[in-house]
Amino acid sequence: MSARNLVIVLALAGLVALLALVPSVANGYQLSLAINIMNYTVLATAWTLFSGPTRYVSLATVAFFGIGAYTVAVLGEVLAWPLVLLIAFVIGFMLSLLVGLSTLRLSGVYFVIFTFGLAELVRQLVTWYEVNVTRTLGRYVFVDITTEQIYWQLLALAVAVFISGWLIQRSKLGLALRVIGDDEAVARHVGINTTMAKVVLFAFSASFMTLAGAVMAPRWTYIDPAIAFNPVVSFQVLIMALLGGVHRLYGPVFGVIPLALLFEFLLAKFPNHFSIMVGIAFLLIVYAIPRGIVGLIEGAQLSLHRLKGAKA
Amino acid sequence: MKWNGKVLLGAAAAAALAFSAPMLSAQDAAPKTIKVGYAISKTGPNAGGANITQIPNYQLWVQEVNAKGGLLIKKYGKRIPIEVIEYDDRSNSEEAVRAVERLINQDKVDLLLPPWGTGINLAVGPTFNKHNFPQITFSAVTDRAPELAKRWPNSFWFLGTSKQYVDALVDLLVKLRKEGKINDQIAMVSVADSFGIDLSKAARAGFEKAGFKIVFDKSYPVGTQDMAPIVGEAERSKADTFVAFSYPPDTVAIVDQARLTSYAPKVMFTGVGTFFPLFPQRFGENAEGVVSLGGWSKDNKATMEYREKIRKLVNRDPDYWGSQIGYSSLQMLEQAIERVGSLDRTAIIKELQNGTFDTVIGKIKLENNMPKDAYWLLGQWQDGLYVGVAPQRPGVAELRVPKAPWKK
Repeated sequence: MSARNLVIVLALAGLVALLALVPSVANGYQLSLAINIMNYTVLATAWTLFSGPTRYVSLATVAFFGIGAYTVAVLGEVLAWPLVLLIAFVIGFMLSLLVGLSTLRLSGVYFVIFTFGLAELVRQLVTWYEVNVTRTLGRYVFVDITTEQIYWQLLALAVAVFISGWLIQRSKLGLALRVIGDDEAVARHVGINTTMAKVVLFAFSASFMTLAGAVMAPRWTYIDPAIAFNPVVSFQVLIMALLGGVHRLYGPVFGVIPLALLFEFLLAKFPNHFSIMVGIAFLLIVYAIPRGIVGLIEGAQLSLHRLKGAKA
Repeated sequence: MKWNGKVLLGAAAAAALAFSAPMLSAQDAAPKTIKVGYAISKTGPNAGGANITQIPNYQLWVQEVNAKGGLLIKKYGKRIPIEVIEYDDRSNSEEAVRAVERLINQDKVDLLLPPWGTGINLAVGPTFNKHNFPQITFSAVTDRAPELAKRWPNSFWFLGTSKQYVDALVDLLVKLRKEGKINDQIAMVSVADSFGIDLSKAARAGFEKAGFKIVFDKSYPVGTQDMAPIVGEAERSKADTFVAFSYPPDTVAIVDQARLTSYAPKVMFTGVGTFFPLFPQRFGENAEGVVSLGGWSKDNKATMEYREKIRKLVNRDPDYWGSQIGYSSLQMLEQAIERVGSLDRTAIIKELQNGTFDTVIGKIKLENNMPKDAYWLLGQWQDGLYVGVAPQRPGVAELRVPKAPWKK
């Protein structure tokens, strides 16, 4: 490991340690805000893990997030917490394999529409099951997990997402995915099993989303399909990731933080005009920063570089 | 690393506060205003309910208290006006939790009013409890209410459990059967959402225990528009009693369909929406005889005055179930604060639990954080007013059976 890499690793470790200290200095509201940011960091980064390199736009985020939350609603009071999380992970993984195998041959807008439909399908299936089999809609989640613990779990999850993403990028799989993203036909011709590569990555991304849902569930005490499978989550993740920039794994963070703070500001200052203000903000973002904030920064660096080069 | 600067700033502010606080309390100066905060669904699927049952009550109560000069706080020896801070929870549990945290930690509110709906009230429950704020809910029906009141002693569940409504309905039907006015068959439909599922589940058990036969039992998805098949099958079932645990759009669709096919069961019970002002507006004379939840006292001047005030404020009637109960809960909160004479929330909660209060719906005394025999569980449209027909308490109206035939 070179000295530069060592410094980066140490800096990142320090950053995580600092973030872990947030609950000891933040008040209840600041912690809530931190949880919100951390939750969307996990979701948007997990989303980018798959959608960034492959350029498949997925709106299924909340399908997996909701499944995680429901796993906790069903098992939270009967099993030990780590076991519940493990089961949520396994369910998310299996389901996404199934979904991935049956749909990742689709491309472009068909995939987008399918994933949006998937979230609704899962929601309707859960509703049907609860209405006709268990005859209870709305479940109570009484588990002894504090807000601080939720934050730390999300932080750990975020670290796990980044490490997996980094490992995947360095692996053969990562290379294969970049080729697929550039041209899927070429990828197939050079002998890459494109479907396999996409499905594996999709499953990883989805399992992290499922875990995020499981970790968040104890915050709400009560869960029904409308709460767990709220489509707004999928759109918000998409927008945050796009604003940050999806061609880098850390890109979404630059979208999550400003947007979470912007929503917060608008909600606090314009409680009666929130929707229209958000709409205007999105229009501005799409027109002004089409490549995301990371793209903007890199563009600026590049032109600075050129400027220096020209002077020399 | 934006957090760092923020955190430091926060720490500095906290330190400054810690030093200045003792000085302030020594003076014990009266605050300029009492901050009352609430987060409620102004947008999203819950906005409709919040706008009918809850927000007008908040506005009316604040307006009236401030017209008097504010809440009378003995500790300061004067009235202090209310300052309202409100947020939109976008019908989302997570947003609601954060908005309540913001009200408590950033805005430093003295009191909180509850959000709308069962799900969101449960989501913010732990936060209200952690900071010891009274949470007087009047738009949440949950069978776990007694358990929740134990878990969170600061929480009050004014609409109670679904079982209590079903029990009242079963009692009424048993009486009618004994009098030979209805047969022992019931047709039941329910919307596939928490309200429909909870009530139909409780009703299924209650009806069967009382010896009724449920000859038609069907649930339909939220958003179903065509009620013809459901109403048709209910009609063919020959049951004298038709029960629908429905939401406002389906309630309207079911009644429309029944009128179209002249289906007039002897007892016709429909769900949410029946007790909304839109119901008599839409159905006029045909609303007569329809039974649902809630109810209004026939001859209570206080509730009539209350209705006038709401009309003046928002240009429409309150609903005939939760609205009056909600306004009464605010009157209770006001009286509890004035009796305690300070904003000591522990004392306020204790007074709410133990005191007796004068409200527009009459005297209220709580038992296990829920009102006992304080309001109507079931009502029926009679001569243009939605009057209470159960439980049997003073002022109860006689249930009119059979329902009058439809006028075209």
